[in-house]
Parts: sequence; C-alpha cells; structure tokens
Amino acid sequence: MKLLVSSSPHMYTRTTTAVLMRDVVIALLPALAAAVWIFGWRALAVVAVAVAAAVAAEYLFEKAVGSEVTISDFSAVVTGMLLAYNLPVTIPLWQAALGSIIAIVVVKQLFGGIGRNFANPAIVGRIVLFLSFSKAMTTWQFPDAVSSATPLALMRAGDLSSLPSIWNMFLGLKGGCLGEVSGLALLIGFVYLLLRGVISWHTTVVYVGAVFLLSWPLGGSASYALCQILSGGLLLGAIFMATDYATTPSTTFGRVLFGLGCALFTVLIRQWGSYAEGVSFAILFMNILTPYLSRWTRSKPLGGVAK
Amino acid sequence: MNFWIQLKMHGVHVPHHKNTASMPAVIMDCPKSVTIPMSMHIGTPARPLVKVGEYVKMGQRIAEADGFVSSPVHASISGTVKKIDSFLASNGRRIPAITIESDGQMARYEGLKPPVVRNQEEFLQALTDSGIVGLGGAGFPTSVKLTVKNMAQVDAVIVNGAECEPYITSDTRTMLDQSKLVMEGARILQKYLRAPKILFAIEDNKPQCISLFEELCRHEDAMEVCSLPSMYPQGGEKVLIYHTMGRLVPEGKLPLDVGAIVINVTTLASIARYLKYGLPLVRKCITVDGSAVKEPKNVVAPIGASLADVFDFCGGFKAEPRKVLYGGPMMGITVPELSEPILKNTNAVLAFAEAEATPPASTSCIRCGRCIAHCPLRLMPAEVEDAYAAGDVAALAALKVNLCMECGCCSFICPAHRPLVQTNRLAKAQVAAYLRAKAQKEAVKP
Repeated sequence: MKLLVSSSPHMYTRTTTAVLMRDVVIALLPALAAAVWIFGWRALAVVAVAVAAAVAAEYLFEKAVGSEVTISDFSAVVTGMLLAYNLPVTIPLWQAALGSIIAIVVVKQLFGGIGRNFANPAIVGRIVLFLSFSKAMTTWQFPDAVSSATPLALMRAGDLSSLPSIWNMFLGLKGGCLGEVSGLALLIGFVYLLLRGVISWHTTVVYVGAVFLLSWPLGGSASYALCQILSGGLLLGAIFMATDYATTPSTTFGRVLFGLGCALFTVLIRQWGSYAEGVSFAILFMNILTPYLSRWTRSKPLGGVAK
Repeated sequence: MNFWIQLKMHGVHVPHHKNTASMPAVIMDCPKSVTIPMSMHIGTPARPLVKVGEYVKMGQRIAEADGFVSSPVHASISGTVKKIDSFLASNGRRIPAITIESDGQMARYEGLKPPVVRNQEEFLQALTDSGIVGLGGAGFPTSVKLTVKNMAQVDAVIVNGAECEPYITSDTRTMLDQSKLVMEGARILQKYLRAPKILFAIEDNKPQCISLFEELCRHEDAMEVCSLPSMYPQGGEKVLIYHTMGRLVPEGKLPLDVGAIVINVTTLASIARYLKYGLPLVRKCITVDGSAVKEPKNVVAPIGASLADVFDFCGGFKAEPRKVLYGGPMMGITVPELSEPILKNTNAVLAFAEAEATPPASTSCIRCGRCIAHCPLRLMPAEVEDAYAAGDVAALAALKVNLCMECGCCSFICPAHRPLVQTNRLAKAQVAAYLRAKAQKEAVKP
C-alpha cells in the first residue's frame, strides 16, 4: 500500500478555470439569442466563424510552439464570442475570422497565453479590424426601415428626436454591433455571472454608474444619460470586457478605480473624440494602467506592521 | 459578537462533511503495542526516564520535560518497554520514541491522584506535570501558554470550539459528551488565571453545542457563548480573536499582547480531568473518517496506537487508501505509513481513496483575484507567487507573506489549482532568513 505524501490543503474547489469560462459563455447566450432575433441568422454565422477561428488559432499556435493545448478551458470560445459581439452583423466572415486570429495569436498567445496578456484580446481584435476595415466596421444593419444611424451617431449629431424609444433601445431594436444592442439580454447575463460568483459587481456598476453621472450634465437630462448607457458597447464592455480577469485589477478597490477610469475615457471620447464610440479604447487604455492600479491598491494585511 | 467584523470576514465555504457529529466517542480496544514519540509538542523533545525491558503502567511518566518549553510524556497502556529508538517526525526531525508492548491489562499507575492545587503556581506546576499540550493542532505546551506574568493583562479567555476543518467532530463530541468537564475547566481558569471573561466560540453548524453551552453559561458568571458563522478558518487563533473581541494581533505579537488567551475546548476538558482525577494526557478522542474508511466514527485511542490499529477498529478500509492525514483536509499532514502513531495533538485521522487523494493538475494563473478576496489575513497569494518566481525576497517581505498562517484558503479556492499556500510556505522561509540578515546588518551599523 503506497500512500501519497503532499502538503496541505487536500481539498479543492470544483470551480475551475474551465467552469468559470463556461459560465461566461452561458452568460453570453441571451445576447446571442437577441442578436439572432434582431438581425437574423447571419448573426449566428458571424459568431460561429469568430469562435471557430479563435479556437483553431489557439490550437494551432499551441501545437506549433509545443506548449500545452488549452482549448478545453473555453477561454478561446469566450474571446471569439466577445469579438463577434463587437462586429456589425454585415461584416465579411473572413474579417471576423481575421479579428479572432489577431486576438488569440498576437494579443493572447504571444504574451504567454491565458492570464498573461495585458490587453483584452477581443478588444484589440475589434480595434485592429476597426482601423483596418473602417467601412465594413461602420456599416450598420437596422432592425427597422426608418433608422439610418446608430443612437451614438444621432446623439453626436444632436438629433435626439430621431432616437429610438428608451424601451426599444433597452430591448435592442437599434443599430449597432450584433452582441451589444440588447441591454436586456446583457443584463440577464450580468445577473447570471453575479449569481454564479464569476465576477464581482464593482467594475460594472461603477463604470455604468459613472458614465450615467458624467453624461447627465453634458447632455442636460437624465434621459440623455440613460440613452448614453444603453447605446454602443457600454453594457457589453462594462459587463463582459472590463471584468476580464487577466487585464483588470484583482483587488476590489482597484476594480472601482478601473471602472471610474473606463467611464471617464468613454465619456471623453464619446463627447469630444473623433470616434462616436469610446468603450473599446477606454477599456484598452485602462488595461495598460492595470499593473499600476493593482500595485496602488494592494490590500493591507491584517496585523501587518511596517518595517 | 462583533457583527460588522464577522460580515467582512474573508475565508472560504468548505464542504463540512461532519459525518460523525452525532456519534459519541467509543473507546478503542487496547492495541498490542504503542509507539510514543518524545516530541508531540512544540519545543524541546522530552527525555526518556525508562529503560528497555522495564514494566510500566498506564499513566506512568516515561519521559520528563527537557526545559521550560517542553512537555513530559506518560505511558498510555501498561506493559513492557520493548525498544527506544529513532523516529522520523512529520517535520523531518529524528526524535526518540518509546515502544511499549501491552500486557493486555491496561493497569493504572498507582501514583495517579489529583494534584494539590491551591494557587496559580501550583496550578501551572500541575499543568506541566499533566503533559497537556494544545490539542487544537499546534501542540504548544499548555503550561507555557498559561504562564501569564501580569494577570491584569488578560481581558478574556476564548475557548475554541469552532472546529472549522471539514470532517473533524472530536471537539464537538467533547462539548456534547464532556460538557461538565469543559465547564469545570472554565471555572478553573476563572479561579487561577482570574480571567474576567470566558467566551465559548462555536461555529453555527453545531447548534446543539451552542444551545447546550448557552444553557450551561446561564448558571455561571462572566461566561458566554459566541456563535460564529461557519466559515473556514474561523478557528484560526488570530481570526478568532478578531471575530470575538474585535482585536487584531499585530505582527510579531502574541494574543496575550491584546489581552486574549485562546484555548482549545478539548485541552480545557483535559485540564479539568487532570485536576479532578489526576489522569495525565494518555488518550485522545479522534475522528476517524474519509472515503476509504469502512465505519467512520469517533474513537478514544491511547496515544501511540498505530493508525493501522485505529483503522482496524473502524472496520478497516472499504477502498484502498491513497492518502492518510493527521487532522482535516485543509491543514492536515499526510502520513507516509500506517504504522505512524496517534499523537497528543491528533484530533482526526482521515483516509482517502484515489479520487480524493490525487491533487488536481495546476494550470496558468488567470488573475481572477479569488486568492486575494478569500485570504482571511488579506494577503495577496497571486503576487507572492510572482515575487517568489522572480526570486525577489524584498518584495516577498513587503507582501508580508511571513504573516501567512497556512490555512490553505488560497489553494482551495484557486480555479487554476495553483500551489499558492505551498509557495507561501517556501517564501516564508526565505523572508525569515532575509529579515534575520537585515536585522544583523542593522545591528552592526554604528
């Protein structure tokens, strides 16, 4: 009888990385359903291509460099889904695939794989596509025949009267990227993530709340501020991208600061920047500051004495 | 109770597995032989007083304390001293151990009688003679812990009945089966330590113990029950002091420095038993459980009995054991052989089959921050791991890894199954050496 000798503990949680990532995939499903409902089956095709490209890129890269294949942890699936959610439904499928490959290979794997990337892969993938294929990335399909611009573009143009109703914006009946339009579906995912303990509420609530409070005086009304948080990629970014583990601070106070920073830059870009949308740039900028936020917000050990 | 402090507690919700909580302890058959190590406590090993071939009786002192921080050892059965040889302790040290072959009589040593205790000095002497050490796990000699120079310093004695480790129910059984001895122990502390307040700290997954002690405390002065949320590591000394009294034990200080003494509930019962009957610490109530054990139960075993004998008493194994532990699954120590003996501070022996024994493979850190959010001492295990990998000892010292009590919450909760507390242990050793060297360097400076 051979006994195994190891140091404690001898008991482990069942919530592994794969379980957490699978939960994120589940939380993203309502938004996928909404996208299919609003934009049709092509939305599903874009997501499928982006996910397949992400998983294949991860598999092939890891095989090529001879490291352990990690596609079973679902993190590449999450990246593929998030990238697709940040694309217009009309995007050429090869561009969606290219975005996934850039996200996985350049942003994630070249920095050492899961947990070691400094920037959110899906966000950088989106930004690369946005700068490379500006036309395709800003060609919107609208759920109704009358609209011709996204709510953010309308607000920038000062054309508040053409905005869809708040309720329609909340449901997702507006122009925009395929996974970002339905606030309702994203919030369902948010509640699921909170209930499962996958993320803490701090970043998301601070980010969205601060955008609301900063937009209010700028637009002059609470309904304008509400339109701001229901427009563009704010909810998608605040719920699913600003809460990414590797690229955001791991302390609670750090997460609060991260949310505040994201909100500040989002509002600055939306109001005065040269682009209508600022969420992805804001989150990317804060990703870069993350190591500093983590260092500044180190927890104080109980009973610790300075020496 | 300090409600707000409790609310903010960091720790983990471990599965309880208190399968044996309703099983009163049964006395184990006398084993054929016992092997009693000379160090079952923190401090200098005891010095053997007997020779090979000598006949000893149960309760007879067979080794004496060597110095102040040490503890005597008593024979746990009657029989002949078979051999005195070297024994490999779990901390890697080699110490002598006395093997006694039983005569099957369990004959009690005639010299056992209640000690005469009239004052604090005699009380502490009695404690020294009793061989009692901290039974919660640490094994610190109780006589040393209770040697308090300035009585006015003590504001409260916390009787630790938290028992937050999964599986273990031996303290639960002490509280239920020996409540009178526990209360007597508390009165003894009031008398000889002049403890102004006695707090019974019990986790709320033991409602029977809580209601029993609330009832018992009603008839006493300055004793109360503190019901604590069931969250691991509620029973950790510093955690317990913070949660019951709201006081933090600063780095490098002792509980006494903040007016607290924490004593395990079974230790307290043992003190009362010694003062009442003169019976030193020769047997121990232990929980025998785990997926490989056929009939899990609470067993009163003589100290020095082999784990093989204890498991045999519990019907043997229903599956091949692959990992056997002293203590619970969060902080327990693995045993290399079933011939290892029951020690004074053993409160459980667990045997696990293959499925529970093999640690899961670790994957890359995903920086989720769970280890930070769950550390009861608010340390940052993920950052410690990075600093350790970088060989940056100054950063490790700044991260205060030396405070780590090795409770294992970080390793338990890590979704990537990183060996975090294991890294903390290695880092602690480096930081200790670093701080010593730094202190020396500063001492040389003019």
